[in-house]
Amino acid sequence: MSERKPNKPGEVQTTGHSWDGIEELNNPLPRWWVWTFYVCILFAVGYCVAYPAWPMRTAATPGMLGWSTRADVDADIQKFSDANAAIREKLVAADLTAIEADPELVAYAKNAGAAVFRTHCIACHGSGAAGVVGKGYPNLLDNDWLWGGDIEAIHTTVTHGIRNTTDADARFSQMPAFGELLSPEEIGQLVQHVRNISGQEHDATAAAAGATLYVDNGCNACHGDDGKGGRDFGAPNLTDAIWLYGGDVDTLTATVTYARYGVMPNWSPRLSEADIRSVAVYVHGLGGGE
Amino acid sequence: MTAPDTQPDALYSAREPIYPRRVSGRFRTLKWWLLTVMLGLYYITPWLRWDRGPNLPDQAVLLDIANRRFFFFVIEIWPHEFYFVAGLLIMAGLGLFLFTSAAGRVWCGYACPQTVWTDLFILVERWVEGDRNARLRLHRQKWNGEKIRKSLVKWTIWMLIALGTGGAWVFYFADAPTLMVDLLTLNAAPVAYITIAVLTATTFFLAGFFREQICIYACPWPRIQAAMLDEDSLTVAYRSWRGEPRGKLHKGEIVPNQGDCIDCMACVNVCPMGIDIRNGQQLACITCALCIDACDDIMDKIGKPRGLISYMALTDETAERAGNPPKSVWKHVFRPRTILYTVLWSGIGIALTVALFVRADMALNVTPVRNPLYVTLSDGGIRNTYDMRLRNKLGQDRNFAVSVISDADVSVRLEGLEGTTVMVPANETLSQRLYVEAAPGSEAAKSDRTELDIWVEDVGGTTRVHHDTIFNGKDD
Repeated sequence: MSERKPNKPGEVQTTGHSWDGIEELNNPLPRWWVWTFYVCILFAVGYCVAYPAWPMRTAATPGMLGWSTRADVDADIQKFSDANAAIREKLVAADLTAIEADPELVAYAKNAGAAVFRTHCIACHGSGAAGVVGKGYPNLLDNDWLWGGDIEAIHTTVTHGIRNTTDADARFSQMPAFGELLSPEEIGQLVQHVRNISGQEHDATAAAAGATLYVDNGCNACHGDDGKGGRDFGAPNLTDAIWLYGGDVDTLTATVTYARYGVMPNWSPRLSEADIRSVAVYVHGLGGGE
Repeated sequence: MTAPDTQPDALYSAREPIYPRRVSGRFRTLKWWLLTVMLGLYYITPWLRWDRGPNLPDQAVLLDIANRRFFFFVIEIWPHEFYFVAGLLIMAGLGLFLFTSAAGRVWCGYACPQTVWTDLFILVERWVEGDRNARLRLHRQKWNGEKIRKSLVKWTIWMLIALGTGGAWVFYFADAPTLMVDLLTLNAAPVAYITIAVLTATTFFLAGFFREQICIYACPWPRIQAAMLDEDSLTVAYRSWRGEPRGKLHKGEIVPNQGDCIDCMACVNVCPMGIDIRNGQQLACITCALCIDACDDIMDKIGKPRGLISYMALTDETAERAGNPPKSVWKHVFRPRTILYTVLWSGIGIALTVALFVRADMALNVTPVRNPLYVTLSDGGIRNTYDMRLRNKLGQDRNFAVSVISDADVSVRLEGLEGTTVMVPANETLSQRLYVEAAPGSEAAKSDRTELDIWVEDVGGTTRVHHDTIFNGKDD
């Protein structure tokens, strides 16, 4: 019971403050409210002792429970790793070509592969896997593959990389810089030939001369007599609509004169076999897989 | 500013416990019925069964959060149909507006869980400790054997009711019989126990100890309601022009100029909010109408007409004070405002019902992949990629055929599948990638945007759905 005498009807205590005839009432706070307030203060003190709270010069006070957000995240990651351990073992044990026939494996591999791709691959190949035309980063969505587009070829490429010096098994080929061997005029004729076989606007006379140069200088050894390229050497198909660096005259001239040397790292030292297989399945399922 | 004219006696004050007296009458009877029906519905509903076939739960009302599906008898709500739930919530809101503008704080007085459970807890309190005077005496006396015993009995019964309340809640979210067994064998999920514990505690304390303080200090609804009441809304009011000046009844004696109110305090003693309705309409009044019952009872006993306290609108008060007859209740209820709320309410209701019966048993959602907008193929053709979400809302696996209707010359391919048919498992949503390819040099391959209509048809069935989208070509 309150010690306060009840006010007479119509009589309310005020603070005495009055603005434009409006008075500020001075009703007492409910006692339960006050106790709740004190309990909150006590809780705050307890919290500061138990958990990281006060910022110090280099870090916050650690708290007696030793809890930290980093340890919390580590525990979460460990939990998910443990949960995925079984299916990752199954993924590594499976035959590469059989993975896509197993709905459980393919569902996991596509999700895991997408995560691996976002973390490691998008720097060159782009977040949409469309590569960058002009910089030589291949588009992984189309149906044109330099070294092969079936799951095994993709797996080999990801594992060993291309033209890197760190992996003896890396895919390797090198186009000569024809600027040292041919005159600018001859290079111009070769370029016209390439524009001819790729169905672009060209100078017919120069292209005919270029066709002879194409064979005489051994371009056909890698790119083939018909110019459709060769996967043994990662030689691009010169007749299709897809260009790594560009199919315009200036870019083609630069390509023939100085040659190209696109490098991809080998991922085997950095990614686990399960991750490499996952990303291979993911890339294979992007629309161009063979 | 002027100096304070009074100093407060205390900065903080304890709650004055309220011990409402037993009352009987029309409104009390109505409230007991409502309490029985509403609590009955609450406790029984999760146990009702409803056969939906082999792959679906057989609980009539089930909010299956884990599988993102709501079941309500024949109705099944999928996550993408959440607008049904939103519509129901809007209807609930409009319903409250309607009832408030027509009948005042009828929600507070009759239907609010805080009121209903408080009513039940006060009933228990009265069974254990006796009526108002006995409870007041017990409250004032020192702690002794009797007080401890009665309090413990009361708290135990409260706790059992609270446990039942919190317990019933979780059955709406999982199969009730299974969960009951799991709960008893300590195999249920921690979240079930935590929910029960929290709801048990809130029921126990809110209905047992906080009671009217929730309505006065904590609940935002009375404040919102104040904006929705008008001079035609029904409220509980005291006819002061008839009752005043109040005075004690002297047997067989007629005191001149005395009103009908005999100052017996019956209206105050029965009030669960601890207010005096004779002071006029006030924030704490939840219009539970118990003071009407109490006063009518007294009026009958002293041979005066009933209705010294009754449901009344503000306009009636003015009219009656001036000696004019009040408007009929129906005229208060049927006003443009309430009719507008009714029209809105039933409009949404009809729209939802229609939407419910015209919705298909399959659904399609298409998101064009915009990174990149298109892919150039080696022959110069252009490919666009679309992420489809296919929903099979029936209880058996079905094959869906995908096709594209467009003026453009395009072909369709499904990722990882031969042909253009995809099997969607029963009651599931399947993500499927769709490739649409335009031939080299074709109009669609060359133009920036081409309209495209993706159709999905139930193979062997009659249902089909479609989604309009855009094909992006290589616009040089």
